[in-house]
Amino acid sequence: MSLKLSDPAATPAPPPSGLGMRPMKIVVAGGFAAGKTTFVDALSEITPLTTEAPMTSVALGVDNAGEVSTKTTTTVALDFGRITLSDQTMLYLFGTPGQDRFWFMWDELSRGAVGAVVLVDTRRLGDCFPAIDYFENRSIPYIVACNSFNGQLSHDVNEVHEALAVPVDVPVLALDARNRAAAKGGLIRLVQHAIRRRHAAG
Amino acid sequence: MTARPPARFVRQFALTGGRARSSGAPLPFETLIQTTPQGRSAYATLTPEWAAIVRMGESPISVAEISAHLHIHLGVARVLVGDMEHADLISIFAPIVSENGPDTALLERLLHELEAL
Repeated sequence: MSLKLSDPAATPAPPPSGLGMRPMKIVVAGGFAAGKTTFVDALSEITPLTTEAPMTSVALGVDNAGEVSTKTTTTVALDFGRITLSDQTMLYLFGTPGQDRFWFMWDELSRGAVGAVVLVDTRRLGDCFPAIDYFENRSIPYIVACNSFNGQLSHDVNEVHEALAVPVDVPVLALDARNRAAAKGGLIRLVQHAIRRRHAAG
Repeated sequence: MTARPPARFVRQFALTGGRARSSGAPLPFETLIQTTPQGRSAYATLTPEWAAIVRMGESPISVAEISAHLHIHLGVARVLVGDMEHADLISIFAPIVSENGPDTALLERLLHELEAL
């Protein structure tokens, strides 16, 4: 326990510990080549890992050996990274697999998630529509992060906010996905947004 | 999209006695495990996969990482971990979530820890 006295006017006191060691996760979504892997890589303390899930067992929850072994064994690859925030909190960042056929995996990843960072390449805005629709329809907190490749954005964030027609309370910001501090700033905005949503919901 | 040879798939599920999931609800991929004292002392008697998980679980590690490090499907890792908890070889720290995601106290803690990062 820290004995440091904090200025009450500054940040509110941290919540009491005792919540125990808990994993948490944030989903990193977006169109092809929008910078998902780059974003995870910038933040992860481990070299991002890839794992595979067979579509059959995850999608259908089959629990019968005979049934499993006769099904087509298509797999979906998942990339993820980890940030150890304290001896109590491990935060996992999961990149979403490609869209369309893999919605079942989005469901699995989104269940219990803090929320999602939707990365956008402003030159190909439309690529992020499926991700935004997905999180919007399921009331999962998300932010839109316009990846400023080489510090360049082809549209400013206000234009993007309007073009995507996302609700006004959804944060839309620009960040360089290669930059750890910027990526961390994106996560902070997401968590703040998730907390606000919680308070608003009562 | 990759198609794997069925042989590999069958072999993997042979590790779990053919089951694609452990009893109970499927564990989220981020579920953490940690080796128990019983797990540590049973190490020499365990199957290679269980022994590898006991070794990895010396410090907390997720089901997703176990899957990646052992090159086994997530579903298989889930079943192994569920069975090992049943045998008291590891402890499981599952996320606390309601229908709407993590509760506010956990989110507040996460925010403080991220800001301090």
